[in-house]
Amino acid sequence: MTHLQVTGLTVRHPGSRASLAAVDGVSLEIPSGTTLGLVGESGSGKSSLAGAIVGLVPAQGGRVLIDGREARTRTVRDRRRLGRLVQVVLQDPDTALDPRMTARQTLVEAATVFRRLDRAARAARVTELLGLVGLDPRLADRLPRQLSGGQRQRVSLARALAVDPGLLIADEITSALDVSVQASVLNTIRELQRRLGLSVLFIGHNLPAVCHVSDTVAVMRHGRIVESAPTETILRTPQHPYTRALLASVPSLGTSPSEERTS
Amino acid sequence: MCLPSGFRRSPIAWATAFMLASLVALAVAGPMVWGAAADRPDPSVVLRGPSAAHPFGTDGLGRDLLARVLTATRPSLLLALAAVLLGAGSGIIVGSCTAVLGRRGRRLTAGMINLLLAFPALLVAMFLAVVFGAGTAGAVLALAAAGVPGFARLAQTLAAGVAGTDHLAAARVLGLRRHRLLWRHVLPNIAEPLLLSATTAAGTTLVALSGLSFLGLGVQPPGYDWGLLLSQGLDRIYAEPLPALAPGLAVLYAALAFQLLGEALAGSVARRGPAPRAPAPTPPPSGPAEDGLVLQVEDLTVELPTPGGTIQPVRGVSLSLRPGEAVGLVGESGSGKTLTALALADLLPHGARVSRRTLRLLGADLAALTPKERDRHLATGLSMIFQNPASALNPSLRIGTQLTEAVRAHRGTSRAQATAEAADALRRVALSPALLRSRPYQLSGGQRQRVMIAAGLMTRPGLIIADEPTTALDVTVQRQITRLLTDIRRDTSAALLFISHDIALVGEFCERVLVMYAGTIVEAVPADRLADGARHPYTRALVASVPDLAADRGRPLPTIGGGPPDPLVPAPGCPFEPRCPRRQDHCAEQAPPWQDFDATHRVACWHPEPVTAVLKTVARS
Amino acid sequence: MSVPQLLRHPWTVFLGRRTLRLLLSLGFVLTASFAMIRLVPGDPVRAALGVDAAPDLVAARRHALGLDTPFLSQYWHYLGGLLHGDLGTSLVTGTPVAEMIRTRLPATLEIAGLAFAATLVVALPGGLLAAVRTRDGRRPRTELAFTAVTAGMAGVPDFVLAAGLTALLAVGLQLLPVAGAAGVGSFVLPVLALSLAPTAVLLRIVRVEALKVLNEDYLRTARSKRLSPARRYLRHAAPNTATAALTVAGGLLPALIAGTVLVEKVFAWPGIGSAMAQSAVAQDFPVVQAMVLVLGTTVLLAGLLVDVLLAVLDPRSAIREM
Repeated sequence: MTHLQVTGLTVRHPGSRASLAAVDGVSLEIPSGTTLGLVGESGSGKSSLAGAIVGLVPAQGGRVLIDGREARTRTVRDRRRLGRLVQVVLQDPDTALDPRMTARQTLVEAATVFRRLDRAARAARVTELLGLVGLDPRLADRLPRQLSGGQRQRVSLARALAVDPGLLIADEITSALDVSVQASVLNTIRELQRRLGLSVLFIGHNLPAVCHVSDTVAVMRHGRIVESAPTETILRTPQHPYTRALLASVPSLGTSPSEERTS
Repeated sequence: MCLPSGFRRSPIAWATAFMLASLVALAVAGPMVWGAAADRPDPSVVLRGPSAAHPFGTDGLGRDLLARVLTATRPSLLLALAAVLLGAGSGIIVGSCTAVLGRRGRRLTAGMINLLLAFPALLVAMFLAVVFGAGTAGAVLALAAAGVPGFARLAQTLAAGVAGTDHLAAARVLGLRRHRLLWRHVLPNIAEPLLLSATTAAGTTLVALSGLSFLGLGVQPPGYDWGLLLSQGLDRIYAEPLPALAPGLAVLYAALAFQLLGEALAGSVARRGPAPRAPAPTPPPSGPAEDGLVLQVEDLTVELPTPGGTIQPVRGVSLSLRPGEAVGLVGESGSGKTLTALALADLLPHGARVSRRTLRLLGADLAALTPKERDRHLATGLSMIFQNPASALNPSLRIGTQLTEAVRAHRGTSRAQATAEAADALRRVALSPALLRSRPYQLSGGQRQRVMIAAGLMTRPGLIIADEPTTALDVTVQRQITRLLTDIRRDTSAALLFISHDIALVGEFCERVLVMYAGTIVEAVPADRLADGARHPYTRALVASVPDLAADRGRPLPTIGGGPPDPLVPAPGCPFEPRCPRRQDHCAEQAPPWQDFDATHRVACWHPEPVTAVLKTVARS
Repeated sequence: MSVPQLLRHPWTVFLGRRTLRLLLSLGFVLTASFAMIRLVPGDPVRAALGVDAAPDLVAARRHALGLDTPFLSQYWHYLGGLLHGDLGTSLVTGTPVAEMIRTRLPATLEIAGLAFAATLVVALPGGLLAAVRTRDGRRPRTELAFTAVTAGMAGVPDFVLAAGLTALLAVGLQLLPVAGAAGVGSFVLPVLALSLAPTAVLLRIVRVEALKVLNEDYLRTARSKRLSPARRYLRHAAPNTATAALTVAGGLLPALIAGTVLVEKVFAWPGIGSAMAQSAVAQDFPVVQAMVLVLGTTVLLAGLLVDVLLAVLDPRSAIREM
């Protein structure tokens, strides 16, 4: 159960022109146990925002409050305190796992960052984590290259859950997956959120997928959030023209061809 | 150590092993066996040429040169190894630290490395040898120091590759400490290439050390190594070449041994595919032509050699397109849809074998044409639009060149005429003709894909094959591109084969949809029936698993249990059988035949879904 | 273009940054060459003149070198002298170093430049040809032969090759001049000795780069247009290979220039390399100091030249730097 509040967060990438901020004064809030979906196209700044929250990308301004306390990432100690509360799963299933470590080694490393576990407890924890993300425990001793893209993405999910975080940031975790695999990963996210009471920041460019798992949806463009509303509201009565353009661009089956829908 | 089989077979590996073993044996045994002879002066045979007693001659004190060359193996090798270990060790530590340091530390280190790297190692070594004083220790330290920037740079580049990966980011967020990141995640993943270049560096360092001794800045008399012997021999090269050549050849031998060792290691790292096979025999003439078809394909099969064995990623695909028609070919990764397109356009990778019963493009049987005629017919009759416009355009050629080259090559159009046509084509895709002078990097992703489409229009083709043309683009741009393709199809009556993994996009944009699974087409269905009239269980499941804005978010999405079949072990029956909710025993034994429901709707399934089936019958994982 | 626009133009930014880097590196070379003589343990003058040199001669030389003044003023004096073309005086011969460099530098630049040109002329087309012949695992025997031959060539040390060539062609067969710079024939052996290993290294790199380019999507696009092989390889593949190859070739240049030191000694070539080798052994510090400065500067200027050339050939490389 973790509450995230971001106010006025700004990220500028070094080297780019000073006038262009990747994240430009973004404020958002995720009440405990809810899921915020963040939608935007490539270059909209959604990944920089995620990186800034966990300290992978330095922020030039603004505050990140986690359960009311300022999140700091300057020292290793600060980062470790933050890491207990907030974890990320990133986009690319090909590099998400260390190619030389089995799923078990990866999970044990994550599970023992903050806790000492004996041999038996480690094995039990690995089985538990794999079960949590819907993987067969027999896959534990495989290397990443022996797993499919969806399975790798589930192992990274399990690694993030190994420290029992309160907030999970999922950055485009299904965009490299086939649609039928994406469906099962989306289901897993929803189920985890319900079972563990996780707060989730779910980032993606696929509007239907994001809406499927989110309670609230924020639309991001050019580093700013242009609209943020409960999912039902944003689907029924989108306010911002860009949100409407995005909704109209989503291909959909079973409705009349697009030419009539977009006017 | 367990060596890969490629290593054991390679002749280079055997030569290397022999050379290294001989060097090690000489370094160990040399001084014991010939050490005494090498140091025994004999005033009676000063500066003699080769003789039976002294095969390489003698030096100024009458010492035997053969013995001296053999004895010098140990110092030459040991000093070189010491310099490499020192230099590589410090360089690797400095370079790989950049992956786990903060931003400022990283930039500072990188700047220093860059600065030092601009200076040749030998010059640095000479400088340091002068400062430290000419001598063995000075030369070794100098060469070690000179090697540091190179290794630091290599380690830095490799470590930056690891630092950019998602798993290192995740490890940081987990709160792992720096030294653990370095030892556990960075170094193991860059060790292989570093070891490789340390091997090669051992050779170059040995040469450089000999070079320093040769200049008089390395080993000092009465000590000696190959470089010093060479230098002493060079003074009398006009009288006797052998005293100079022998130590020179020794340096060469050792340098080659290390060079080849690096080669053999690199060769065993890079995996090789199986040897390509003979090209496929010329296909027999196509079956009877059907009138009015742009493309007529029957029984297309592609075989591809892989390290695990030959696979058939496309098996017996048949399809046909009429003028102005848009047909979608949809499937998940590995279903064979892209290879089907490449086979149609005769663009398969080297080693692939294709067979088909019929392949007619615009009525002409491709099997009956000479290679030259076939090339011209394909070039003018068919255009391909590829997935990633960023890489499908040549970065170093102007847009104008890339648009005009096909018509100039195949239609003999003049440059001026072709440029005018290219300007028209750009206008057709809503771009300014001024872009003809631009290069691809000056364009946005959507503009590049428009340029690709314009290039495809230049030859006025009867068929356009678009392979995932919008996958790399944003969803709002995707909509613009599909509209453009629709307009073009209407205006030019070109047929369009649209390949995509996105069944919703295909269903909305095409008239007919072909669903591919594990190399075969399992269903051909009119697009308007896709949402609720599909009959193949796989099509149903695929449609159901797409998250829909209108769907009930409280319920989990239907999914397909299991995974696609292993292409290396093809099963005789229906490929979807293991995952199918409607399977029965015989499904696994015999491939299902085609069932025609009407002229446009066919399915390959023993037990197709009934027309009124509810979506919930799909299996859940 | 207005002034602010001009200042933000990619070319201005690129040249500005590149010049800044050059100045930094030059400053580093200057300081290093200045510091060298001061870093020598003990008394450099006594080391050069010998232990039994007369004390007043030593003192006079120390004074001439300015070693008896404070450190910073020495540095200032050194830089001032450089501005006037004063590179000091040889401890051994007493001649001005600047004079030595003026007479000897052209000879070094000639063989280094020719060797570099020979490397490019052989390796660029050769590597591309090898890549085209062996792409996608075609002709594994050719590939093996190419690998073995270039590995062998790359392993041959330049000074050993120089000695071998001397023995074989000049002394043994008496085909070419043995030593010194006299006529066109005298260039053949030094240039060959200098360029063999870099050529081999570059051949392999060009092949690897060309194989990468041949696998790029845009070559598949060219194939889909059914362009002739000549056009595909020369117009589509070659330019994209050349930029990568030139980057690597630029990296080989420092080693090639340094190699002149060894090769010049073997052939008694009247360049600065052979002078530097002699002076280093004789501990004639002002000469070594000046040679380090000159060779270092040459390397840096050559690097600048390659970078600008790359930026002209491929504007993206200039932008990528930023």
